[in-house]
Amino acid sequence: MNKKQLKKNMVIDSKQQESKNKKIEVHHLTRVEGHGDIVVYLDKNNQIQRCEWRVVEAPRFFEAMVVGRPYTDIHHIVSRICGICSIGHQLASIQATEEAFHCQVSEQTIILRKLALHAENLQSHLLHIGYLVLPDLLEVGSVFPLAKTHKQELLNIISCRKLSNKFSQVICGRTTHPQRLVPGGMESFPTVSELKELLKELKHSLAWLNNLGNLFLSLKEKYPKFERETEYIALVSNGEYALYHGEVGSSLDERKPNFFYTQMTNEYCVPQSTAKWTKNVKDAYMVGALARLNLNYELLTPGAKNLARRFGLSPLCHNPFFITLAQIVECVHSTEESIALLDVLLTRGLKDEKIVPIKPCAGKGVGALEAPRGILFHYYEYNEEGRIVKADCIIPTNQNHGNIQKDFEALAPILSGKSEREIEFTLSMLVRAYDPCISCSTHYIELGQNKNLSPVQFVYV
Amino acid sequence: MSKPKVAFFDFAGCEGDQLQIANLEERLLDIASHLEIVNFREVKTEQADNYDIAFIEGSITRPEDEKRLKKIRKQAKMLIAMGACATIGGINCLKNFLGKQEYTSLVYGPYARHYSTYATRPVRAVVPVDGEIHGCPIDKEEFVLVVKSLLLGKIYIPPDYPVCVECKKAGNICQLEQGRLCLGMITRAGCKATCISAGSVCWGCRGPVPGANLDAARQVIDEHGFSWLEAEDRFRLYLGYFLRLQGWVYEQETT
Ligand code: SF4
Ligand code: SF4
Repeated sequence: MNKKQLKKNMVIDSKQQESKNKKIEVHHLTRVEGHGDIVVYLDKNNQIQRCEWRVVEAPRFFEAMVVGRPYTDIHHIVSRICGICSIGHQLASIQATEEAFHCQVSEQTIILRKLALHAENLQSHLLHIGYLVLPDLLEVGSVFPLAKTHKQELLNIISCRKLSNKFSQVICGRTTHPQRLVPGGMESFPTVSELKELLKELKHSLAWLNNLGNLFLSLKEKYPKFERETEYIALVSNGEYALYHGEVGSSLDERKPNFFYTQMTNEYCVPQSTAKWTKNVKDAYMVGALARLNLNYELLTPGAKNLARRFGLSPLCHNPFFITLAQIVECVHSTEESIALLDVLLTRGLKDEKIVPIKPCAGKGVGALEAPRGILFHYYEYNEEGRIVKADCIIPTNQNHGNIQKDFEALAPILSGKSEREIEFTLSMLVRAYDPCISCSTHYIELGQNKNLSPVQFVYV
Repeated sequence: MSKPKVAFFDFAGCEGDQLQIANLEERLLDIASHLEIVNFREVKTEQADNYDIAFIEGSITRPEDEKRLKKIRKQAKMLIAMGACATIGGINCLKNFLGKQEYTSLVYGPYARHYSTYATRPVRAVVPVDGEIHGCPIDKEEFVLVVKSLLLGKIYIPPDYPVCVECKKAGNICQLEQGRLCLGMITRAGCKATCISAGSVCWGCRGPVPGANLDAARQVIDEHGFSWLEAEDRFRLYLGYFLRLQGWVYEQETT
C-alpha cells in the first residue's frame, strides 16, 4: 500500500471510528471498574491505527476527605491511598505537615524513616519483579505455575520478599499502613536485638539478590528492543541517591526546590482518564526506578552500580521495558544502603526519643519523596488550629500515564502488522513494566487458566 | 470433593487487603492448592465464570458499582467482605460528610468534569454478606482462619468483644489514661490491639463491636478532657456509616 492510499484509508477509518468509538466508550465505562485499559484500533491487515491507554479508576477524593481534619490524622488517612505505597504516602504527608509547622525532627528519626522507605522500596519492587513481571518473561499467566517449573527461582524471590516484609515490620511495626510513623518522630522503636538480626539477614540477602540479578540477566533478550527519548523526573540531592530528601530534578530541565513542584508537574485532564496527567518540557515524562537511576546513577552503592553495569544500564537509558532491571538494581542499592544505615544506628545507640511537640499554626508545606513507583508530592495548607484548608497529592502512577500513552504511539508502527497475540503481549508488558498500581492488583492472584482475561481490547475499524 | 472456586473483586479501596494475602508468600501457594482461585476484577469474564466464594474489597461509591456487586452476589454461594472499606465503609465514608459539589470541585476544580459518584457505603448496605473480615488492612492470619473455616464448611465468627480486652491482655497502659483519644472501647477486637501496642491509639478500623454504646463512649471521652469536636472527628474516621445509621439501625440491618 502506498502512502496516499494509506492516508485515504485512515480518513475513512477515522470516520468509522468516530461512530464506533462512542459506542465503545460507553460500553467500556460500565464494564470496567477501577483500573486501566489498553484499547487498540486495528484495520484488516492488523495495521495499528491508534492505541490508547485509558484510566478509569473510581475517584476516591482524598484531597477533599482531609479538608477540615486535624493534622494528627492526615498521615493516617492518606496512607489509605495505596496499600503498597502506604509508607511513602505517610512519610510525604508527615514531611508536608512538619514543614507547615516548622518542626525539626532528630537525626535518629530521619535514619529510621529512610530505613522505612528502603523497606517499602524492597517490598514493592520485589512484588513487582517476582510476581508480576517474571511470569511475563517466562510466558506463563501468573506466579503459581512457577512453583513447579522454576521452584528454586521462586523460593529465592519469596525469601527476599519475606525479608522485606519483616524489614518494614521491624522498623514501622506493621507491613501495610504502619502505625509508628507520625509527625515529629516515632511512636515506638524497634529493639536493638531486632535491628541486629535484621542487619544480619540483610547482609545475607545480598546473595539472594545476586541470584535474582543473574536470573534476569539470562532473560534480558526477552525484552523488546525499543527506545524512546523522554524526560526523566526524580528527586536529586548532592550527597546521596535521593529517596527521602532532595530537590525535584529533571533530565531536561533545571532542578527546582520542592515548593515549586507544580511547575514541574503541570497537571491536566484528558478525556480517556479519570486521573489527571502531567507534563513538563516535553509532552510527557517518566518517574520511577529508571528515572531515578538515570538521574542519580553516580550515587548508587558499589554493588548496585556493579549490577547496573552487568545489565548494561547506564544513563540515560531510554528503554522503558528496563524499568524492572532498574528496580533490581535499586533492590541491591536499598539493601546495601540499609546495611550502612543500620550500622550507623547501632553504633550511635538507639535512643528512646520523645516525639517533638508540634505547635499548630497557619502554614503551608510540601512533602516530596521517592515512593517505589516514583516521585510523590503532598502539599497541605493548614489553618491556625492545625486543620487542613487545602490539600494536593500527586501520585507517581498518574505522572506516568502520559508517558505510557506516548510509548504506545511510538510502539504502534513497530507492532503494526504483527499478530494480535504479539501486540497484546508487548503492550501489556510495557504497561506492567511501569508497575502502575492499577495493574498490579489485576495480576497478583490471577491464575493462568484464564486466557480470555485480557488486559488488551482490540477494536476493528 | 472438587475444590471450591474463589474469586476476588475490588471496588474503591487501596488494595491493601489483597496485599496482605500476597504477603502470605509460600502459604498462599499452600492455600491455592486447596482452592481454585479463578479470577478477579475483569467484568467481562465475571458473567461467564462461575465461582463459589467471592471476596470483596473496597467500598461502593458509584451507582454502577451496585449493579456489578449484585451480579457477583447472584453468582457466588458465599460472599465475604474484607477490609474496613468493604465491611464498614471505612475511610471512604469521610467524603459523606461533604457535599458532592464540594468534594468533586475540590479535587477536579476548574476542570469541572462530571464524575459518577455517590455517598460511600459498605458492601452489606447493597447486598447480604455471609461473612466479614475486619480491619484496615485485614490481618492475614484472620484471612487464613476464614479460609480454613470455609473449607470446613463453617463460617468464621469474629470476636464480639472490644479491643480494650485485647489491649489489657497485651499488657498496655490505657491510652486514655495517658491523655490520648483511643476508640478501643467501642471497636471490635481481633487485631490483638496492634496499633496500641505499636505506641499509637485505636482508630476504630475494625468497626463497632456489637452493642457499641456511642453515647457512653462520648461521655468517657468527655470525662478525659477531650472536646466534642475531637470525639466526633475520631468517630468519623472509620465509623462514618455507623454514625449515620444511629447504631441500632445498623445492628438491625446486619441481622
Ligand atoms: S480497608 Fe484499608 S487496607 Fe483495605 S482497601 Fe480499604 S483502605 Fe485499603
Ligand atoms: S487497634 Fe484499633 S485501629 Fe488498630 S488495628 Fe485494632 S481495631 Fe484497628
